[in-house]
Amino acid sequence: MSAERQPLPVPAPKITTTNAAFWEATARGEFTLQRCAACDLVIWFPRRTCPQCWTEGIESFAASGRGTVYSFTVVRKGSGAYRDAAPFVVAYVELAEGPRVLTNIVGCDPADVTVGMAVEVEWHDTGEGNAVYRFRPAAG
Amino acid sequence: MSIRGAAYVAGIYEHPRREIPDRTIWEIHAEVALGALADAGLTLADVDGVFCDGTSGFGTMTLCDHLGIRPRYVDNTETGGSSYLAHVGHAAAAIAAGKCSVALVTLAGKPRSGGSGVSFAAGPESSFESLWGIAGAPHTYALAARRHMHEFGTTAEQLAEIKVAASIHAQHNPHAFLPHAVTVEDVVNSPMVADPLHRLDCCVITDGGGALVVVSPEIARALGRTNAKVLGHGEAIKSTDNGRIDLTYTGAVWSGPRAFEEAGVSHRDIRYASIYDSFTITVLQTIEDLGFCAKGEGGRFVSDGALVAPFGRLPFNTDGGGLCNNHPSNRGGITKVIEAVRQLRGEAHPAVQVPDCQVALAHGTGGSLGTRHGSVTLILGQEDA
Repeated sequence: MSAERQPLPVPAPKITTTNAAFWEATARGEFTLQRCAACDLVIWFPRRTCPQCWTEGIESFAASGRGTVYSFTVVRKGSGAYRDAAPFVVAYVELAEGPRVLTNIVGCDPADVTVGMAVEVEWHDTGEGNAVYRFRPAAG
Repeated sequence: MSIRGAAYVAGIYEHPRREIPDRTIWEIHAEVALGALADAGLTLADVDGVFCDGTSGFGTMTLCDHLGIRPRYVDNTETGGSSYLAHVGHAAAAIAAGKCSVALVTLAGKPRSGGSGVSFAAGPESSFESLWGIAGAPHTYALAARRHMHEFGTTAEQLAEIKVAASIHAQHNPHAFLPHAVTVEDVVNSPMVADPLHRLDCCVITDGGGALVVVSPEIARALGRTNAKVLGHGEAIKSTDNGRIDLTYTGAVWSGPRAFEEAGVSHRDIRYASIYDSFTITVLQTIEDLGFCAKGEGGRFVSDGALVAPFGRLPFNTDGGGLCNNHPSNRGGITKVIEAVRQLRGEAHPAVQVPDCQVALAHGTGGSLGTRHGSVTLILGQEDA
């Protein structure tokens, strides 16, 4: 059960001029996505130039923080900060807005994770003014 | 312009050792370079084109400085484990354009005794991919395997068949890191590394290296031995596609048709295939994407001994591949070309030599099926092909 599991380490992201706005919003519990003002493409991960029409008019919006598991694996041996964390789940979550993002699934036994499972975002404070997004089984 | 027939692979060399703590990477580069040149009947003085990956130092600059080569053409193309197949295609194009006539391709690395020594995790994606405990290729390839299983019903036992076929071949290779035949049960009962990939779904981790010498048709003729003619080459990058990554296919869907078209051959002409085998799932998806069977049918295709030489429908990786023989520098691309050339020359082990092997395919996959990768397909043939 999740309550008994060791919490995963919370490594801080490397901030760049391209991704700073995304990580600043995480402090407010907002998962922001970018949308191209010219072609409407929802963009992942953050860029300054649209990868479809190559214009620079890019806007940000708050995403729903909900999605489904597109694929996952259970890592059996961790390393680095995750040395003592295994078994833990690495997954692609397909956000409701379209993009598939790499993340961890938390809040349930790794054996209970399935492809297609509905999930919602959960924020883990890095202690450096931002938080990393992980996903847990959706309530209800 | 086509490169069909514009160049020949005239020299090959695979380092015989799988653990080399007593040599530096550059000593291994030198050793395999001299080995491949000796195989071709050439010397370093003949080399005017140099091709290296980006795993250490300045690649071609460091190698030329170390060996005293004065090239007029250099190429540091870095597409992970597929780099060396790209190097052959690029060398053929350079030779066709008159930019060089004797191209040397080398690979060396010591992940077994010295660590991989290189990180490619500095791109704009790293802040979104490096936080989750992904610590090695198995973790992201597992994501591709899981999704393929989900969409097409592929099973762990079907993936295991790929390891079994490679291990049958490895028995005949005295240098193979894992020289013993294994069963489907051995594979699925081996420890889970990252579900659904078991330890035996993974390639070996070996020190080592290899080299190729690619020459002009005039030089190939003057060398007067059986050489492998470059018939066609195709390459592609498959990216994370702006967050819409589809984990069920590889860049071989693009590189394959480009190579087949240039070579002017069809699938039934391919008598032997070196298929990049970092993991069993890499082989399965690549076979589908190259068009040897329909998408999703790979599991069934590999389940009836189709990959076992010499008489399977698609004999593959007769040296034992990366899965059993050798994956030097965590990259299997150069050994894919080397074994294809052995098959075309009739110099594979007699137990696995494909009879009348006139046309062979070699395919490389560098990077990860789970994120971004470079796919390169090379088609080689005997003189009359």
